[in-house]
Amino acid sequence: MEPLNWGEIIIRILGDMMPTWIALIVMFAVSIYYKRNLGLYGKLFDSTIGMIGLAMVMFWVFTGIFSALDLVGTHDPLGQISGMKNKVPGTPVRGSPEGVYEYYLLGGDNLARDVYTRMVNGSWEVIKIAPFATIFAFMVGITLGLPAGYYGGRLDTVLSFLANLILAFPVILLFYLLVTPEIIATGIPVYMAGVLFIFPIIFFVILFNSRFFTQPNKRNIYLAVTILLGGWLYLGIAWDADPLGIVLFPSNVLVVFVSVVFVNSPTVFRIVRGLTLDIKTRDYVAAAQTRGEGPWYIMLWEILPNARGPLIVDFCLRIGYVTILLGTLGFFGLGLSPESPDWGSTINDGRKLLSVYLHPALAPALSLLSLVLGLNLLADGLREESLRD
Amino acid sequence: MGLFILRRLGVMILTALCLTFVVFFLTNLYPNLEKLAKTQGNFRMSDEQVETWLGNRGYLEPTLVKYGEWLGVVPGYDIVGADGERRGRCYNSTMNPDDAATFCGVLQGDWGDSTVFKEPASKIIATRLGLTGKLMMWVLIVMVPSALIVGVMAGMREGSKLDRSLSTFSIATTATPEYVSGVIFIAIFASSAVGLKWFKGSATSAMETATLQNFTLPVLTIALYGMGYIARMTRASMAEVMTAQYIRTARLKGVSFKNIVVKHALRNALIAPFTVIMLQVPWLLNGVVIVETLFNYKGFGWVLVQAAGNNDVELLLGVSVVSVVVVLLTQLISDIGYVYLNPRIKVS
Repeated sequence: MEPLNWGEIIIRILGDMMPTWIALIVMFAVSIYYKRNLGLYGKLFDSTIGMIGLAMVMFWVFTGIFSALDLVGTHDPLGQISGMKNKVPGTPVRGSPEGVYEYYLLGGDNLARDVYTRMVNGSWEVIKIAPFATIFAFMVGITLGLPAGYYGGRLDTVLSFLANLILAFPVILLFYLLVTPEIIATGIPVYMAGVLFIFPIIFFVILFNSRFFTQPNKRNIYLAVTILLGGWLYLGIAWDADPLGIVLFPSNVLVVFVSVVFVNSPTVFRIVRGLTLDIKTRDYVAAAQTRGEGPWYIMLWEILPNARGPLIVDFCLRIGYVTILLGTLGFFGLGLSPESPDWGSTINDGRKLLSVYLHPALAPALSLLSLVLGLNLLADGLREESLRD
Repeated sequence: MGLFILRRLGVMILTALCLTFVVFFLTNLYPNLEKLAKTQGNFRMSDEQVETWLGNRGYLEPTLVKYGEWLGVVPGYDIVGADGERRGRCYNSTMNPDDAATFCGVLQGDWGDSTVFKEPASKIIATRLGLTGKLMMWVLIVMVPSALIVGVMAGMREGSKLDRSLSTFSIATTATPEYVSGVIFIAIFASSAVGLKWFKGSATSAMETATLQNFTLPVLTIALYGMGYIARMTRASMAEVMTAQYIRTARLKGVSFKNIVVKHALRNALIAPFTVIMLQVPWLLNGVVIVETLFNYKGFGWVLVQAAGNNDVELLLGVSVVSVVVVLLTQLISDIGYVYLNPRIKVS
């Protein structure tokens, strides 16, 4: 068979990604149709930059999900086919065995695996960690930052000192110290997970309690659901002790997750603390205080909703930063298993032969670039639209 | 002002102590020591042999005592090992143990020896820091002026086409981590596959003589990532200044646009970016680690990777002290500089 030229490669890739395109088009059509009823999200569709950013982000989200479901991607991300080592994009698979896609669309890497499939599967590695790690970092940062800013005093001094302590650490040194098999053997990441992952439960318990403590029946239901569901996930994720055995978290993913949350929460803490210091001087906070509302009600139901604009923007930027951090971990070969298709590891694998074979490193590099760029553009669009009110 | 600096110095020392203790604690956990013993001694040692090897070299003392020894506030260990040999922290096999000093830690200027390079840690760090200093200097020379120019150009006419395109450019640079831009640069400018071959993909030769050929790509890679952020801050500050009353006055009395920007706006717009530039220096450290690994330039970042990868305790501690001091010093300078540049801010 003849190797494909670039036009044919692009057409075949676009064709292989058909599920992603359908999902994207459906999402955009529905969103634009209902955009007047969708609040801030709907306003995003008034800004070109925001729409481009959202499209780039959702492209990778859908691609990641469909690749995990095996709807996108032509080969097995770990499968090696002999004779395909370092082959250029569009090379036909040698011997073309039955039931195997006929071409390596973006060529083969140094272990004769399909670069295109690995690139597509790499997005799933990011999508399944980055947003959740960011959410956890926000929970920790919010739960500690609100009281630090609201009460001030000694609590603020201690928490700010701790936050600055973590921020003074070079990130890569911290990763090298935390994400090694030896440290995993001591169990320190599990203890850190035990401390960090309890914050979401605390957050929701306080959130519901401060709002509904005058209606004990409603509150008890909310609290019971939070504690049961949260406790179940907590036991499964942090301690690997899920009594039902459903929630499983491999220890090398856990340590990556924990260190990313650990590095990001001090910055969120500082942002939330700064916003709280600003907002607590507003009149509606004084009104709530005069009404006799409790401090946690004021923090979580008066201050937090009014700080949402900057927090949502930072949330988008932070997912991008977490993606960069995950890539850094992969680049230094820390944490995730060596054959994992995540972008950082593939860039690291590909860079050794970069002067001769470009495609194994260039494909994941451009993917990571486009995802982070999309998140940044999305944050920019959100900022513009939220300032417009 | 004096009291402010003094208090900041106190916090700095406390932070440095806490951080070094964390590094010390993590590197001295038993699995790490076991790995150290096996790489330094021999890979087939049994558990008991590992324990005697570590015991003979003072590794099994309580962590706080060892930390005190490293600091130089607790007498260095002096142990007659199970094999009958006498070893101590403050002397080596060629010296007479009785002449050695009792205290030998960082406070006495003794940073210990690297177990991988078999050299004093202070010497390694000094030479490597010099090499990284050279890299950083060029990065700052490239990054700061270009970031300021981009920011000022974008901010002087907010919302214009020039602003849109420059802002998108700066967003794109902040979205490109060093390991991505480095790979793209090498692919375009250094690989034989594209064939431009303008620059070299390795900066090893730049350690002795830096030329345009071997130093451009690493400098450009670091500078690009840091540039976008400074440019955006400059743009925001410039855009704010351009809406100020005195700019409108100048415009109404007929000053040309060029003169408004250069003589009236520029000076006030550059106060905020100063802080950002100073705070960006610690971030460059991360970039340095990645770029030095990518371009094989054996500077400070490369030492960090080597020390951390091999659990080289003393060298790693030295590296972390230096990086922590860099972070805290830049914070201090940015605070003081901000007060001097902006007379409206009072230190309290």
